[in-house]
Amino acid sequence: MFVARSIAADHKDLIHDVSYDFHGRRMATCSSDQSVKVWDKSDNGEWHCTASWKTHSGSVWRVTWAHPEFGQVLASCSFDRTAAVWEEIVGESNDKQRGLSHWIKRTTLVDSRTSVTDVKFAPKHMGLVLATCSADGVVRIYEAPDVMNLSQWSLQHEISCKLSCSCISWNPSSSRAHPPMIAVGSDDNNVTYSGKVQIYEYNENTRKYAKAETLMTVTDPVHDIAFAPNLGRSFHVLAIATKDVRIFKLIPLRRENATSSGPTKFEVQVMAQFDSHNSQVWRVSWNITSTLLASSGDDGCVRLWKANYMDNWKCTGILRGDGSPVNGSSGQGTALSAVGSAGAQSQNSVVGAASAGRYFFPHLDPPRAGSRLALLLPPPSLIEPTCETDHTHAHQPPQIRRRYTPALPTQPAEHD
Amino acid sequence: YFMLKHDAITFLACFLNILHHHMSLMASVLTFFGTYCVGLKQKHVGFEWGPGDILVYETNFKLQGPGFPFVHVVRKDEDIYSPILRKLFNESHHIFVGLQNIKDDMPSKNKKPQFVSVSKNYRSVIRACMEELQQVAGMCLSCYCVILFFVEAGILLLHLLDWVRLHKADVDEKVREVLQSESPTHHHAYWEVVISFVLQGRMDEARQILMKQANLQPASRPIYQLMDSLLQKMPIFNPGSTQTLTEFDVKWRHWHEECDRYLQDNSFASNRHLETICKILVGDEDTMLEHKELLGTWYHFLVSRLLFFHPTVKPSELHYYAQSSMDMFLDSRSAPEPLDSILLAAFEFDLHQVIKDCSIALNNWWFVAHLTDLLDHCKLLQSHNLHFGSNLREFLVLEYASGLFSHHSLWQLAVDYFDHCPEFGRVYLELQIERVPLETERKALKVLRICEQRQMNEQVRSICKIMAKRALSNNRLGSALSWSIRAKDAAFATLISERFLQDYCTRGSFSDLDLIDNLGPAMLLSDRLTFLGKYREFHRLYGEMRFTEAAKLLLSLMTAKIAPRSFWMTLLTDALPLLEQKEVNTYVHNAELQRPIYNCFSHGTNTVEHTAEEEV
Repeated sequence: MFVARSIAADHKDLIHDVSYDFHGRRMATCSSDQSVKVWDKSDNGEWHCTASWKTHSGSVWRVTWAHPEFGQVLASCSFDRTAAVWEEIVGESNDKQRGLSHWIKRTTLVDSRTSVTDVKFAPKHMGLVLATCSADGVVRIYEAPDVMNLSQWSLQHEISCKLSCSCISWNPSSSRAHPPMIAVGSDDNNVTYSGKVQIYEYNENTRKYAKAETLMTVTDPVHDIAFAPNLGRSFHVLAIATKDVRIFKLIPLRRENATSSGPTKFEVQVMAQFDSHNSQVWRVSWNITSTLLASSGDDGCVRLWKANYMDNWKCTGILRGDGSPVNGSSGQGTALSAVGSAGAQSQNSVVGAASAGRYFFPHLDPPRAGSRLALLLPPPSLIEPTCETDHTHAHQPPQIRRRYTPALPTQPAEHD
Repeated sequence: YFMLKHDAITFLACFLNILHHHMSLMASVLTFFGTYCVGLKQKHVGFEWGPGDILVYETNFKLQGPGFPFVHVVRKDEDIYSPILRKLFNESHHIFVGLQNIKDDMPSKNKKPQFVSVSKNYRSVIRACMEELQQVAGMCLSCYCVILFFVEAGILLLHLLDWVRLHKADVDEKVREVLQSESPTHHHAYWEVVISFVLQGRMDEARQILMKQANLQPASRPIYQLMDSLLQKMPIFNPGSTQTLTEFDVKWRHWHEECDRYLQDNSFASNRHLETICKILVGDEDTMLEHKELLGTWYHFLVSRLLFFHPTVKPSELHYYAQSSMDMFLDSRSAPEPLDSILLAAFEFDLHQVIKDCSIALNNWWFVAHLTDLLDHCKLLQSHNLHFGSNLREFLVLEYASGLFSHHSLWQLAVDYFDHCPEFGRVYLELQIERVPLETERKALKVLRICEQRQMNEQVRSICKIMAKRALSNNRLGSALSWSIRAKDAAFATLISERFLQDYCTRGSFSDLDLIDNLGPAMLLSDRLTFLGKYREFHRLYGEMRFTEAAKLLLSLMTAKIAPRSFWMTLLTDALPLLEQKEVNTYVHNAELQRPIYNCFSHGTNTVEHTAEEEV
């Protein structure tokens, strides 16, 4: 892994969220400076800010794109107790020439009495549906009945979760066998309220969302939650950022009789649990085909997790805040490291340190003197094995190979 | 930032002063202080998955401490951006597809030559790629070659020699340099070249070079001639001939003994270079190891050693020689490197170990995916007691293809790879293809065709919908309408038809006539679209002075009640000039047809303003 380029986001305060659009050609950033910026990728791969505007009167926590079938639509949520929906309109031609775009506010959703902590569009097969959750423990589901008129949103459901909500995730499955489902995580600190993850399912008969499951084993605050793409499977996979990274498998149980109107019951299994952040985990997210899970924690690193074809999970990469890989962790490496020991595998739910010696495809770097295969070798820093338990490595300056090095502002030393 | 920190610490100092009597509170203060410090030091990292990269930025989820104004684009797979490797990906794609098309039910004896030719094709692609790449990368690729050799059962040593010649190609450059010099025989690299040729078993070339020296030194001509005859006589197994391996072995031993005899009776003692060559010919390992720099690698040493020591080596014995060659060649200081163990595993025919080591050592999936696929087709993975062979194949092919998908043009190759993954190929393709950016209509059509060929209806609908929506927001109504017809999106078609009619009302003419005139059965997608098509047809008939037909059509539009209410007034206004036409008059006055038009009239006039009514 390497930093292909760095983009000076030019926000006046902390960036809280960065979100790619569906095709990965645009991105949106949001910040404590109360603004949202939209960036467009040019053909040569450069990112240009094409819009920047004040969206809220408080920190903007999250920004997210609607599916492009609904046009160029963004939703944001903020500490100012509102969520907002924005739509890009094609402006004057000279704006386009100057590389600018116009975003107008279509609606402000003001139902929450506290900070709105997350906002997510539902999978597109449900129509243009938006869910928000707030610190007062309410999940709200809004719908735009006329997709051509985004200023009309109706509050369809209000789910009281009893606990302060920090994050939501829609189940992306479009299978008819799976009714709409949303998982909610709570960052409530009180460990006596166990079950910080609740799963709600839409019931066709009552036309309401009802609680289908509470993950009782999750007792610590939850900061992020993410359903994996379904891949046509009958079960669901849910990643959770709590004091560690956990991956749950939710297997719908066959109903006793088809007419029963209660919510689906699930068999809940822990597929994997990683504590290598050694601390609070703040974000989890799946890649497109859910072959990789990324997590980010108090250790200031992003870790990439990958299951091999026997469903054994390993860390395959670690990134620092500046995007540089830690000790050369990279590549696909450990995905196969369990190969050949099929019989001798422990049912490891906790995967600790994974050592991943990496070897790069030859590059045009200068050869290292003295090596027989000097010409084949990447720079030394990249072939050291990842050693997660060895903390001495963590404080070494990262050795990065950059294609493009931005002028980094000098930062004050932080360790004193 | 410094100020903030300073102030906070001053503040804390005061705070501590005030509280210094209240020791019971100290614990909590310290906790607070601790948290504060952590807050200052701590940097969190936010991230976002993209199609081919991850965005990474510094943030702080606890809302303390400074932010960092950069978003970094972190890429995983850089190889796909190499133009030469792109060629490799493209070429190997054809071979892969060819391999998938080999029929399963074919008798296995017919299949084997096909598999061998697939392997050969992969090798020639690698070879072509190597020639373009710098030597650096070429060496790595050449190791792929040797692994592929093992997939084919064949005449081992010949293959190995071929491989070594391929990868130690610098000899050819050196020989050119020597021959082009003013006095080749006195060139400092002269003997190096001769010995390199011998080590690679290229005897004819070695002899040619040696002759130059012999011609210059008439005095020592006899020993040169002796060496020449030894080199010439060296038996090389020819798989095409009728000679059996045993016959060859007898012949080779005879030759070997002859070389040994000359060495023992010091025939070459007068020329140390020739003596060295003779020692190599009898397979003297120490002498070979004295020329490490000419050998370059332990596997070259292995091949040379086998050539002069045990040319009839069986594949099963190879591992023993490989391991010992490596041990002899590497001094104790240098530990084996990943590539060494891959090769060693290959010599051991531990295919599974090869796949595993390659996956760890190489940072792209190209090689492992293709190798595993080939092995799987040859049913070689099963014979190694891996019952999950086909899963491993699919896993690796999916990984490789997913990597290709993040590239702006290589994604098209990946489609075929996904097609040949029975378990998850389809759903991976669905997830990946809908993310392909649709920058132009042409690209959208290309993606659409791929989806249509595979009956991926949801993706087809979604792409059309996205394109329709985009065209509409750019005010390209015609394009929006044709995309929504393709998407079979009735609601959207209705909406766009309405826009067309509105535009007509304001401008008095239609845009995109080509499209509307040629709607055909697509018109039936929505009532409003039907109306739009028919109304435009009315205009055409009118323009062509076919008044009766025009009137009939207008009438049917009125009676079928598919016209939007807002449009009735326009319809009635359109009817006026028709009523003045003579032939239409007779038609309209036909009693049977009067009722509907009057119905429409009264219905319409009830809803429109009085002024309009009077006008009518």
